Amino acid sequence: MDLLEYQGKQLFARHGVPVPDGRVADTVEAAVAAAEEIGYPCVIKAQVQIGGRGKAGGIKVATNREEAGEHAKAILGMDIRGPRGEGPFTVHQVWIEGASQIESEYYASIILDRSAKKLLAMLSTMGGMNVEEIAEKDPDALVRRHVEPHEGFGESQANALVADAGVDEDARAKTAEMMVRLLNAFNESDATLIEVNPMVVTGDRDVIALDSKVTIDNSALFRHEDLAGLEEGFIEDPQERMAKEKGLTYVKLDGDIGILGNGAGLCMSTLDVVAQAGGKPANFLDAGGGSKADAIVDALEVITSDEKVKAILFNIFGGITRGDEIAKGIIEASQRVDIDVPLVVRLDGTNSEEGLGLLADADLPNLHVEKTMLGAAEKVVELAGTS
Amino acid sequence: MSIIVGNETKLVISGLTGREGTFHGLRNRDYGTDVVAGVTPKKGGQDVEGIPIFDTIKEAVDGRGANTSMIFVPARFAAAAMNEAIDAGIETVITITEHIPVHDMLDIYWKAREAGVRMIGPNCPGVLSPGKANVGIIPAQFFQRGSIGVVSKSGTLTYQIGNELKQAGLGNSTIVGIGGDPIVGSDFIDILELFENDDETELIVMVGEIGGDAEERAADYIAEHVSKPVVAYIAGFTAPPGKQMGHAGAIISGSSGTAEAKKQALEAQGIRVGKSPTETAQLAAETIGAKA
Repeated sequence: MDLLEYQGKQLFARHGVPVPDGRVADTVEAAVAAAEEIGYPCVIKAQVQIGGRGKAGGIKVATNREEAGEHAKAILGMDIRGPRGEGPFTVHQVWIEGASQIESEYYASIILDRSAKKLLAMLSTMGGMNVEEIAEKDPDALVRRHVEPHEGFGESQANALVADAGVDEDARAKTAEMMVRLLNAFNESDATLIEVNPMVVTGDRDVIALDSKVTIDNSALFRHEDLAGLEEGFIEDPQERMAKEKGLTYVKLDGDIGILGNGAGLCMSTLDVVAQAGGKPANFLDAGGGSKADAIVDALEVITSDEKVKAILFNIFGGITRGDEIAKGIIEASQRVDIDVPLVVRLDGTNSEEGLGLLADADLPNLHVEKTMLGAAEKVVELAGTS
Repeated sequence: MSIIVGNETKLVISGLTGREGTFHGLRNRDYGTDVVAGVTPKKGGQDVEGIPIFDTIKEAVDGRGANTSMIFVPARFAAAAMNEAIDAGIETVITITEHIPVHDMLDIYWKAREAGVRMIGPNCPGVLSPGKANVGIIPAQFFQRGSIGVVSKSGTLTYQIGNELKQAGLGNSTIVGIGGDPIVGSDFIDILELFENDDETELIVMVGEIGGDAEERAADYIAEHVSKPVVAYIAGFTAPPGKQMGHAGAIISGSSGTAEAKKQALEAQGIRVGKSPTETAQLAAETIGAKA
């Protein structure tokens, strides 16, 4: 779960990490009221889960009430695209905080290093730009330190990191303290990523987190009721929103062939094989392990609600998933959902013969059974081209 | 020989009394796996179709000689069950459970390493040595005994490739599902080392997918330490790039984690990469044929 900037800052504040005083608002009136409370100059920041907000005009400084209103009006409702064309993300909330006097900008992050199986703390005095640019411009400027399992990350480790990074002498103690607190926040909230960019040194030589990127491990939300209850960023795409409500793992793509597979690996492989056959997948939908008929009905509802879809491919290799359940789901869906595009089914694995028998008996119009994954991919591409 | 599980496996199952645990535990026994015990706290003294249930794994080790444990309990109890298995002196812990918090796995990973315990998973389909033992949820009927070792991040994709190999008349020494979680007990490299040293394995099929850099590291390891032929498959060429939440992940691994980057890393070390599961099985068949 990715937190919005303000949610991340609120989490920081709970762990003693200094952040500017701020308020969240979802209307122009509320934003102006917040700005009046905080005082001027203040910064109005679009709350969307994507980088590049500043360049897109989603971050503005207001020096008086009138400007606060103008900026809030411009930013709320604006569409922001990410640096790689992601989105658009519509701004539904803004965060208003006191403007900071910035003397230096640093970069700090803590991540889970999958290869080393350790946490990794990184710090650079070249903040403001993204970490890839830092690494490219001056790899030595990005200092990295693993958190050793028996050693942890306390004052002495933080002091070494801060000294290696070349932090200004008079900011070292506060930067080290912030790193320790960020690490505690990381561990105590089951985070998998914390990035602070920029972490700034102010004119008063205070060190504060001016931005936050925080990812929390979804599997650990059961022990973080405060985080589990947070409002997540609004999902713009209607199919993705519907899938989320139904608890399905769905990602929208821009093609016209609806795909359902069981297991993330097989599902990804199905997308690849369809693309190799000359088709364009409309989505990734992993029905997961042990899917029952109801989940199949839900999945077909989501896939067929995308008007671009011209044909659908079901690629199932049952292990824990049973072929007869899949077939029952398809038959039930054909009665409950309006499926007006051809459906290609490839069913293998546990109870696949029973499943294929059920499908043969049901004799559904527009249903094509294929024996192999490649054959099914070719068939669905052909059908999408002709329908 | 085969690796990790085989004729010498004496299996204790945590969560055997649950619905899924019973279903798969009995399937494992029917296959020929020596399932010596189940463990469910407060249910000691009961049995599941003749398999005795104990309160603790230690009792199963002491009383029944269990050396391998399968964890089939709900996610929030899985860390405790894995810790218990390590403390009880189990040699191999295979965890099927998914959605285990990654911070829990970090602690367990180091504890297991220090105790010399082999961990497989979590969030994996288990390990099957055809004709000998099946520990987990792999549908054994789609595999036959042979000389190809398979190591995979993905369950269903493994079944697909195993089935294609079977149709090509080929079989497997052992199939290992290592799981696709961020922290897994054994990586590709750990399993490649075992296959390299296994008499029964002549060729290795490695099945990866996007994310992380385990495939890239495996490519370097193979070039240096694996003398047996390796054929690979990578899923996810058309997967959309994930929403970016900071770029720190890519920086430390030095790899973008894309399928294309993994394919290039493997091919740069002379490892053939199949375009589809079908082509991967064909490449394996060709390579074995050329060797014979």
